[in-house]
Amino acid sequence: MSVEDRILAGDRLALARLLTQIENEQPEGFEALSKLFLHTGRAHLLGITGPPGTGKSTLVNRLALALRSRTKEMVAIVAVDPSSPFTGGAILGDRIRMRDLSGDPGVFIRSMASRGALGGLARTTSAVVEALDAGGFGWILIETVGAGQAEVEIARTAHTTLVIEAPGLGDDVQAIKAGILEAADLLVVNKADLPGADKTVCALEASLELASGPHQASGHPGQLGQPDQGWQPPVLQTAALLGEGVDEVIDAILRHRAYLETTGGRTGRDRERLRAEVLALLGDGLLERFLGARKDVDLGLELEQVFARQVSPRQAVQSLLSRDR
Amino acid sequence: MAKKLRILIAKPGLDGHDRGAKVIARALRDAGMEVIYTGLRQTPEMIAEAALQEDVDAIGLSILSGAHMALVPRVLELLKAQGQAGLPVLLGGIIPDEDIPALRQLGVSAIFGPGTTTDTVVAAFTQAVRHDAS
Repeated sequence: MSVEDRILAGDRLALARLLTQIENEQPEGFEALSKLFLHTGRAHLLGITGPPGTGKSTLVNRLALALRSRTKEMVAIVAVDPSSPFTGGAILGDRIRMRDLSGDPGVFIRSMASRGALGGLARTTSAVVEALDAGGFGWILIETVGAGQAEVEIARTAHTTLVIEAPGLGDDVQAIKAGILEAADLLVVNKADLPGADKTVCALEASLELASGPHQASGHPGQLGQPDQGWQPPVLQTAALLGEGVDEVIDAILRHRAYLETTGGRTGRDRERLRAEVLALLGDGLLERFLGARKDVDLGLELEQVFARQVSPRQAVQSLLSRDR
Repeated sequence: MAKKLRILIAKPGLDGHDRGAKVIARALRDAGMEVIYTGLRQTPEMIAEAALQEDVDAIGLSILSGAHMALVPRVLELLKAQGQAGLPVLLGGIIPDEDIPALRQLGVSAIFGPGTTTDTVVAAFTQAVRHDAS
């Protein structure tokens, strides 16, 4: 039986080994994935991001338990933690908070190191998610590296993006800066049993009112929104350790999923994600081809000129590209 | 992308602290490995499940409680049952000398007691994985 057939039949060891090959960018892994790609597109991809220490892993644990009991679909979790930029090593500790999920054959958890990527995910996270999608998981929860303000790659990858915040992390100006909050389909203030949670909720709600721009520009509250006027991200509160507020988050996730399906937003997001993936691979491929054709010699010359401050990096690239014709 | 070694560090049983396991996890990380750490009080079933899902190259078990003669065979048995019979398993903690031959006989690749340097442990993981691959 081929690897693809074993994975489609639910063989978890075959799936785990394929994920390793994909992470290591081995050709045989990508070959199997290309065949599995025909079986993807069914899973709902749920992104979970937010600053370190806000309780992402603990909430993911609760969400996965609730999704298993409420929707009966299989749940996969991809948890990304940072690689050391100095040694390339990593400590992947998200499973510590996910022990409640062990023993359930309908759950599959995979830890990934970011391996130098800076957007909050690893380079191969999309491909790993595709393999899990083909493996029949109806929900795929993608937990990013603890992310601050600009790691918004998850919004391109997921259908529904949850941004997790916690009380006491910053003032209301932090909440109106550009970046991660704009990526949110749902905002969750976790650790809501701690003092200051109300203030964090208020700051987030106020920032949404200020920043909701295109989808709310002319609409006053009494008017029923047109579907294309967009989705208003709700601000929810949870205490994930205690299991409080989790059902409300699941309700909102299911509402967002239904919203995407009725408005065609799901197709739009899928297309955007796949387009970005194709462009990224094209970029890698072109660079590889360019460097391969040149055997590094000319590039070395251009680089020397840059090192000597005779030409700027931008000029060097222009001359490399024009000589290529 | 060069293949990274993926190591599961796990604490089966009822130990009260995991300082040693964390020191080992940190040392392996500093040696460029990806370490999946699962925290205290894992059952053998949880450890085998994590080893499968994470497709690790080796497992390091840390046991201080004295329950190693019950826990280690169970982990090895579960690994075998799920098709990971040859996966290197290394053991550290408080292991009396008289138990070492029996554990080695069961297939434990290396056993470390108190006072072992982290360099020794890193080298043993590297060697166990290389031995497994050949």
